[in-house]
Amino acid sequence: MQTKRSTYQNRWLPYCLLAPQLIITLVFFIWPASQAVKSSFERTDAFGFKTTFVGLSNYARILSDPSYLNALGRTAIFAVSVTVLSMGLALLLAVCVNRVLRSAKFYTTLLVWPYAVAPVVAGVLWWFLFNPTIGLLPHVLDWFDINWNHRVSGSQAMILITIAAAWKQISYNFLFFLAGLQSVPKSLIEAAAIDGATPFKRFWSIVFPLLSPTTFFLLIININYVMFDTFGVIDATTGGGPGQATMTLVYKVYTDGVAGLNIGSSSAQSVLLMGIVILLTFIQFRYVERRVNY
Amino acid sequence: MASITLEGIKKTYAGGVQAVKGIDLAIEDGEFVVLVGPSGCGKSTLLRMVAGLETISEGTLKIGDRVVNKLEPAERDIAMVFQNYALYPHMTVYNNLAYGLKNRGFKKPAIEERVRKAAKMLEIEEYLQRKPRNLSGGQRQRVAMGRALVREPAAFLFDEPLSNLDAKLRVQMRVEIKQLQRRLKTTSLYVTHDQLEAMTLGDRLVVLNAGKIEQVGTPMEIFNRPASMFVAGFIGSPAMNMLPVEYLATRSADNLLDDLPAGTDIVGIRPDDMHLSAPSAPHLVVDSTLELFEAAGAESHLYVRLAGSEQPTVIRTGGGEPPVNEGETLRFYIARSALHPFNRESGQRTG
Repeated sequence: MQTKRSTYQNRWLPYCLLAPQLIITLVFFIWPASQAVKSSFERTDAFGFKTTFVGLSNYARILSDPSYLNALGRTAIFAVSVTVLSMGLALLLAVCVNRVLRSAKFYTTLLVWPYAVAPVVAGVLWWFLFNPTIGLLPHVLDWFDINWNHRVSGSQAMILITIAAAWKQISYNFLFFLAGLQSVPKSLIEAAAIDGATPFKRFWSIVFPLLSPTTFFLLIININYVMFDTFGVIDATTGGGPGQATMTLVYKVYTDGVAGLNIGSSSAQSVLLMGIVILLTFIQFRYVERRVNY
Repeated sequence: MASITLEGIKKTYAGGVQAVKGIDLAIEDGEFVVLVGPSGCGKSTLLRMVAGLETISEGTLKIGDRVVNKLEPAERDIAMVFQNYALYPHMTVYNNLAYGLKNRGFKKPAIEERVRKAAKMLEIEEYLQRKPRNLSGGQRQRVAMGRALVREPAAFLFDEPLSNLDAKLRVQMRVEIKQLQRRLKTTSLYVTHDQLEAMTLGDRLVVLNAGKIEQVGTPMEIFNRPASMFVAGFIGSPAMNMLPVEYLATRSADNLLDDLPAGTDIVGIRPDDMHLSAPSAPHLVVDSTLELFEAAGAESHLYVRLAGSEQPTVIRTGGGEPPVNEGETLRFYIARSALHPFNRESGQRTG
């Protein structure tokens, strides 16, 4: 691949141009992350006076803690449901919009809007819609004899955060799927039509395989999103409850560290969470990517 | 195997733009017909209508005895070779060929047999397990052909299949397509903008211009007797020279031009009908200035400016040295029988 090389008169200029981004990364990412790694090996007493180095004992304690392992399991369910739901619906919408000849731009704009909504706001929005006392949807569900109360039912709370988290991500996935669909050459579809493939078959045997790089990319992005960015959604809707029913890994980091002031355990959890995401991404690149490039 | 009949086929796009303005054409069973014309003349649209990729606004299209206006492409029993080949990039060559057969419910052994047969015919057996991206342009072209003929359809449709190849490969594939069609005797409709490709491939040519047929005929009929000034200018390279009758009348001493058909005000002369030595038949004599001599090996092109006229004109001669130096006077002779009479206003041949 050819790369563009710029030449600068002043040798400090490129560093100055890079500096803002570097400083932001250092202050808001590298420094807190290294602090987290450091404090994951320490224990602070209840009043914050004394900090002692405890080695791996924070990690050992987390990994033998049933509530952590439960959170791990729930996060896995949450991640899979959100990813499948948001990618599935996004693909469906993208296929629909791609078939529309007129006003496709209009639909695209509308469908992209939710992405501009902050996670917390998205959470609040769904919290209102599903609110057992004032919400619209529980009222509707009541007609079907479904008693909706996510404050009591753990599985309903899980459904709520899944919908709220997926809703926001659909927009993002939709944009990428639409771009992917539009880059599939029309003549391939025509050739498949002449080759006797039904529209359904054409999609699954030609279009979908050609979309696989997009799908793969979105898979990684979505899993990262679920692991980290769904904090706001959970915080605004269920706050991890009822009980521990919607306590995902990222929310547990917050609960144990900020609310429970157990900095050592919380730091160790955040390091583990990062490790899990890195591992997942690595596995995906290692084993999936080589199948998706044709 | 089937004939293809077009009756009053029209294509009108939303907004009232007419791309194809009423085409009547009967393609016989086993015939190789080439649609040729400049870009935007509607030839690709016409082909895509036959394929079923564009709806037919008006008219009747028959393949064999069936009216296929409303049928899906797959039900029309045709195969198409696309300009960009449209090979499925994620499938091996074998699967590219087998895809259409699988969709039609062929059994595995039957697919295997047909794919092998087609691959052998096109000499792509070695590449069956490769993906299209690992093939050269010419090999991809063959795979695209293979995908068409493996299904043994009633008709082949070609949409400028050679335009993505380099000049040498284009000539080679042209010959192969012709030989293949001779062997299979499958009705073929071929679209191109290249008049040489059209001349060499087609049993019959259909010259299209602005959505209408200008002329239908065998390549030599069209070359020898172009029906309009458009066809005269489009078929043959270098293009036919067009000279006003008044000018030629001033150049010919005797009354050679008196028997031109009524309405003739311009005559076409092929560059190779202008000779440097006088023929024995009745002829015109024209003096000119040689402006540029172009040697192209077996033939040479002489760009001349006619005396007493600003009209640039091309003469084609056999190869060799220029008869006179550039800038000097060149006399050439045109046999009376080589004149193609046209009417400038209607653009049509007068006789």
